[in-house]
Amino acid sequence: MRYFPNDQDTNQAMLNKIGVDQVSDLFTSIPKSIQLDRPLDISAPRSEFSLLKELKEKASSYPVGHSSFLGGGVYRRFIPAAVGALASRAEFLTAYTPYQPEISQGSLQAMFEFQSLLTLLTGMDVANASMYEAASGVAEAVMMASRIRPKAKKVLVSAGLHPEYLEVLKTYLAPGDLQLVQVPVTPSGQTDLEALANLLDSDSLCSILQVINFFGVIEDQAKHQQALEGSKTLNISVMSDLSALGLLKPPGDFGADIFVGEAQSLGLPLSYGGPNLGVFACKNAYLRKMPGRLVGLSEDTHGKRAFCLTLSTREQHIRREKATSNICSNQAHCALWVTIYLSLLGEQGIRELAELNLGLADYAATQISEKTRIKRRFTGSVYNEFVLDLPCNATLWIDKLMQEGILAGVDLSRFDQSDEGGLLVCFTETNSKEEIDLLVSKLGELA
Amino acid sequence: MEVRAELNYTEEHEWILIEGNQATLGITDFAQDKLGDVVFVELPEEGTLIEANEVVGNIESVKAVSEIFFPLSGEIVSVNKDLEEEPELINTSPYEEGWITKIQIEPADISEASLMNAEEYQAFCAAG
Repeated sequence: MRYFPNDQDTNQAMLNKIGVDQVSDLFTSIPKSIQLDRPLDISAPRSEFSLLKELKEKASSYPVGHSSFLGGGVYRRFIPAAVGALASRAEFLTAYTPYQPEISQGSLQAMFEFQSLLTLLTGMDVANASMYEAASGVAEAVMMASRIRPKAKKVLVSAGLHPEYLEVLKTYLAPGDLQLVQVPVTPSGQTDLEALANLLDSDSLCSILQVINFFGVIEDQAKHQQALEGSKTLNISVMSDLSALGLLKPPGDFGADIFVGEAQSLGLPLSYGGPNLGVFACKNAYLRKMPGRLVGLSEDTHGKRAFCLTLSTREQHIRREKATSNICSNQAHCALWVTIYLSLLGEQGIRELAELNLGLADYAATQISEKTRIKRRFTGSVYNEFVLDLPCNATLWIDKLMQEGILAGVDLSRFDQSDEGGLLVCFTETNSKEEIDLLVSKLGELA
Repeated sequence: MEVRAELNYTEEHEWILIEGNQATLGITDFAQDKLGDVVFVELPEEGTLIEANEVVGNIESVKAVSEIFFPLSGEIVSVNKDLEEEPELINTSPYEEGWITKIQIEPADISEASLMNAEEYQAFCAAG
């Protein structure tokens, strides 16, 4: 195939046509601070072989991945090699939405198993075949709540909700008439459920609680349920690291009407921005208001077991503009990874995984309090991550440690510029005690 | 196609039986036939206040979803709970066991609702 790049005149003609002066004007919606204002640091054009060699040399000089304490929504997991090997079978690597879905019984069965595993984990009645990620899942949950109670307009959101989930929710809600009301967190780091109770009235549509919140603090699900009792306000429970469900009582046991989770935490690798995978589950009563695809188990004309896409009347190819959502595809391949990962771990395995995460974070917290004078910001119980208050500028300290091969944690000034010393640290099964000891000694040098 | 003389009809193929200040709402035999097998009926909540021409529910058949409208304002006083378990009553008995909801209305409003009588509805369906 021959390839001719556009010449200057062609480019200019296209720019004139759409009323733009230069190509860079097409990117003005991207903030200047994250735009690259110079050419890529790669030498003159040459062969594929020699270019690859140069890029590999460059890549090996970056310290990324040596020792990571990054969490805050995405989590490093050990992924057994069998997951990738099984998921990469050619039968599974086909087009995303089969237009005669029932012909792909294998794909549908995998999605059915995914739904079943997630209902077991979350204690919810029914889960769909996945969403894009948790952030848009939270927004979809609020829109679903609004379909259930169209007249209520107040959306109560815990200040412990992941700030990126909140940003996406704001974007979804901007054109409508729903109103966001934030519920603060107390010094323990837990959502102020008394403040929540005082905010409740007949106009309260839903209450969004991240069960292990962005600051790593475990919320009191029982009290949240109590606070909502007697009001029609829907309980939307959110989780970013589902591995905690190996130990934690599931939201379904605490009256969650809708559950949204991030399943990257269940065996999906980290690759810059993704792929992530949203989990969406609800009570049976709300099934028909649910967005997304749903796989059911039925019988064919010969009485044999048959998987099928079910309740498609919620979706836009049938319900047109009245559809529950415009999500008609899903991330079936990521869901397959999660299904295989969970099947390999089993009930006992996920419990052990959660114990390991909890134990390592507890070890780190103990070491930090014994060997340094760095304080945790919140007193509430945690699972595998918590916030530290550094006595210095966290951004600069993180940069310094990165040069030494340590990714020290999530810089909270990314979300709140005034939060200079806030560091969110996370401990998973991928961290050794030696790595944690090294982090603690680095913290000890600060205070 | 069965049309009953004692009922009033809408252009959305609902039938309405008016008895004093109470109206009973359902969908016509013509409508159920066009929809095919009804698999689910979404009913309004008792006690809900509705505006004229508001959607009071949905009927889901195997391949389509249709909204149920009511032409007058009023209050939902009862709903046919049998439809939750047996939505097919809409197909088998559209004018009796397949009724959907009873609504308390203001009889004075009826004249403004441009309802059809049986004869007019029959002609309306025939005109397609």
